Amino acid sequence: MSRALWAILRRDVLLLLRGGASGGGTMLPILFFLAVAVIFPFAVGPDPKLLARVGGGVIWVAALLAAILPLDRLVEPDREAGLFDQWALRGIAEEWVIAIRMTAHWLSFAPALMLAALPAAGLLGLDGRLTGLIELGLLAGTPGLAAVGVMVAAMTAGLKGGAALAGLLVIPLCVPILIFGAGALAIGGESGLALTAAASLVLLALTPFAGAAALRAGR
Amino acid sequence: MQAGSLLARHLGCRRGDRWLFNGVDIALASGEALHLAAPNGAGKSSLMRILAGLLPASTLDGPLPQIEWTGAVGLLDERHGLDMGQPLGEALAFWARLDGPVPQDALAALGLTPLLDVPVRYLSTGQKKRAALARLIGQNAPNWLLDEPLNGLDVDACALVEDIIYEHCAAGGTCIIASHQPLSLPDLRRMDLAEYAL
Repeated sequence: MSRALWAILRRDVLLLLRGGASGGGTMLPILFFLAVAVIFPFAVGPDPKLLARVGGGVIWVAALLAAILPLDRLVEPDREAGLFDQWALRGIAEEWVIAIRMTAHWLSFAPALMLAALPAAGLLGLDGRLTGLIELGLLAGTPGLAAVGVMVAAMTAGLKGGAALAGLLVIPLCVPILIFGAGALAIGGESGLALTAAASLVLLALTPFAGAAALRAGR
Repeated sequence: MQAGSLLARHLGCRRGDRWLFNGVDIALASGEALHLAAPNGAGKSSLMRILAGLLPASTLDGPLPQIEWTGAVGLLDERHGLDMGQPLGEALAFWARLDGPVPQDALAALGLTPLLDVPVRYLSTGQKKRAALARLIGQNAPNWLLDEPLNGLDVDACALVEDIIYEHCAAGGTCIIASHQPLSLPDLRRMDLAEYAL
């Protein structure tokens, strides 16, 4: 059983990193994230004080948008190809499958995103302390973003226009993470980070069950 | 491969407000094969998915539905279960890690050996069907549910599928085949789902 779970995790990570049949992979969301950080100063002007004040929030919004990009290939291609059916036939619980997908999704975008946040923070002229807080916040918040992404992708799999709908559904669900994560920058304290992590943990605990129920209902 | 068997009783299927069938009983002993025939929309695929445990069985009145398999169950339907973006060899290698490898002679017999480097999305309908059959053989499950296994296959491949089913049953497996097309297999039982329609 655990051998099968490892095999599925390995496959999921490789597939999400490379992008599968529809292309994309990890590079696309990361480049998108950096592009947002690059164009933002063009839009609001190069005032260093202004950028230092709003830059952290911009990075958080960009991270959220980047996490939405791969939603349509998180669950739907495998549902369409019948992989979820085949795993169910082998007695692998849908909860496990969703938990693995969540882990793989996090592994495929979060470390790269945190790495890309360093040049993004540089482009926005943020200082070292703020950059550190952003990195810690992303570490606490990205698991929650991954969980919401997989949950919503499972719920909208098989629906017409599911991808657009998924994007709309993810944003309100990510609001707590965004408020606490970006809020931690303003107050400069650990309490915001702790609440970000708490919101992430709730979503991590909920998603395997919600996602599995969605998969079963969609058969 | 261990011997397989099936005892299913009182199966009904409801889609929305509409009952497709009710009161279906199927008993299969090791080595037996059943041809499930019915017009379009009678619920063949639904019955296959109910038997696979992917859809819940319902019953209109009377005793609760009951499905008892001996041994694992393999399903072949229009969803091939292979990664579209991967080369066929890698897509099959993933299932080999879960189930065990597909025997080389089975790959050769299905004509898949030259296709192992081709991404699954470039395969034709018939080639995908044969690839899914290879996956099913690799699963080594004693019980097979084949939903329209001959769709998209040429005449030679159809004969090959019949041979594969025959060998599977001869080795002690069971097989239920939902198909519009006639099958020539010895001792093939036949069930018309339309008789159970409501």
